[in-house]
Amino acid sequence: MRYVLMICSDETAGTDPEEAATTGCGGWSQEMTERGVVYGGAGLAPAATATTVKVRDGEVLLTDGPFAETKDQIGGFSLIECAGLDEAVEIAARHPWARLGQIEIRPVHEP
Amino acid sequence: MTRPVPRRAADPGPAHRPPANADTAAAAAAAAFRTEWGQIVATLIRMTGDWDLAEDCAQDAFTAALRTWPRDGVPDRPGAWLTTTARNRAVDRLRRDAARAARLRRAALTAVTPDDPPGPDAPGGGAGEDGFGDDRLRLMFTCCHPALALDARVALTLRTLAGLTTAEIARAFLVSEPAMSKRLTRAKHKIRAAGIPYRVPPPHLLPNRLGAVLAVLYLLFNEGYTPGGGPERRGLSAEAIRLARVLAALMPAEPEPRGLLALMLLHDARAATRVDATGTLVTLEHQDRARWDAAEIDEGTRILDAALHDARAAGRRAGPYLVQAAIAACHATAPDAASTDWPQIAALYDVLARLAPTPVVALNRAVAVGMAHGPRAGLALVEALERDGALDGYPLLPATRADLLRRLGRRAEAARAYRAALDLTGGDAERRYLARRLAETTAPDTAEPDPAGAG
Repeated sequence: MRYVLMICSDETAGTDPEEAATTGCGGWSQEMTERGVVYGGAGLAPAATATTVKVRDGEVLLTDGPFAETKDQIGGFSLIECAGLDEAVEIAARHPWARLGQIEIRPVHEP
Repeated sequence: MTRPVPRRAADPGPAHRPPANADTAAAAAAAAFRTEWGQIVATLIRMTGDWDLAEDCAQDAFTAALRTWPRDGVPDRPGAWLTTTARNRAVDRLRRDAARAARLRRAALTAVTPDDPPGPDAPGGGAGEDGFGDDRLRLMFTCCHPALALDARVALTLRTLAGLTTAEIARAFLVSEPAMSKRLTRAKHKIRAAGIPYRVPPPHLLPNRLGAVLAVLYLLFNEGYTPGGGPERRGLSAEAIRLARVLAALMPAEPEPRGLLALMLLHDARAATRVDATGTLVTLEHQDRARWDAAEIDEGTRILDAALHDARAAGRRAGPYLVQAAIAACHATAPDAASTDWPQIAALYDVLARLAPTPVVALNRAVAVGMAHGPRAGLALVEALERDGALDGYPLLPATRADLLRRLGRRAEAARAYRAALDLTGGDAERRYLARRLAETTAPDTAEPDPAGAG
């Protein structure tokens, strides 16, 4: 099964994604790529740089900022493929950002 | 079912006894439902990967039994007959629905993980009676997966393993039937969509998964232990005990499964004495101790002592189930109600309240304190719980309050509390007990010397 790991953190708590970019993922990406379970992903610039777009009545509407004004923001994502949820949990739990923030595991919809 | 049911090679001898009358056949089907439902659903989920299909086909098999058993007689092995019927039904439906079959094949593939033990236990093969081969155990750990909400785990286990209807589960959890139905549907959808594996977790995950399984088993036991449920319902307790035995054997290093098993046995030993001939609840102190099941008490205390010994030897603190079993052992081994060691029981409840600080434990502690240190001390604890509000709507809260007030001679207040408890109570045996107490407290000039005990 394929899952997207959405790596979330509280940017105001000093655990922001820019820091992730400099500290990296503590060797997690390399380890999981070697294990053959990671198929892609990226770290993201802070939510302050986000632009949200929607179209209503044919009009393109823009908002400054992320679509949800919550404390935790998505700071990166990773696409993985593994046997099932237990393995996905194990992979996510090894990510260093699981200790700093939290990681949402979402199965990829397979029609 | 109109076509004959092929007999499995393992089936011995003639499949059916002579035709039974309709009542006998219906009773046999009801009994088989309680004992076989979970096994059949669990096996069909392993075969097909489809929880809804498994439930539907199990239901169809029981419907077929109700139709054919009165005519052909009850089969010698009702469980094998029902499993075969359900399995054939599943194969029929999968053949008819090719698209669904393709989806299911995919589901079945993802259900198999490298952590599954190889051999005859693999999907499609037979399942042995050892722990890992028990489909019900596999189903239980899957139902109790921590990626599901706790209320969904419990509901799913009661539906798929115990065969309770959605309406029955809804009543048990004080929610509407549509809400419970939605909860079950959502949980089953998540299992499939999120790829929750259908298996007993590998050893390094087992300890984490255990707590939820124990909680669900104990709920299942209590479902059967509740008075007035009849013999089919009592089968739930036997089922819970059976699964607790498998769990205890599977995790010999863990004291808590044995604690739970001991607790269940010690409670179960008293089951026959909890309701009198008129169907009225009999509280612990008035139960006929000569009719308690001595063999179950003996086994329960032996398992408890061994688990306590092992926990000590391993330097581990006794968990909540061991402590509850110790409390149950105090009751079960007291030769009569008067010699019950209430101070010891109250002290054990102090320990339990620290391990499991839930309002229900706090209420039971209030009962024990009321017996050990007098009704006034118990009532103070009950009133603190009432102010807390966490047990609003829980019938045993006003029932406990009522018994304490009755013992204090405050009859008008006791009567009010008994009425409040009656309004919240659904079970017949409990209702009769409360109604009798209410009549006593409202009758003119009735002396009520005896202290109350918890059932």
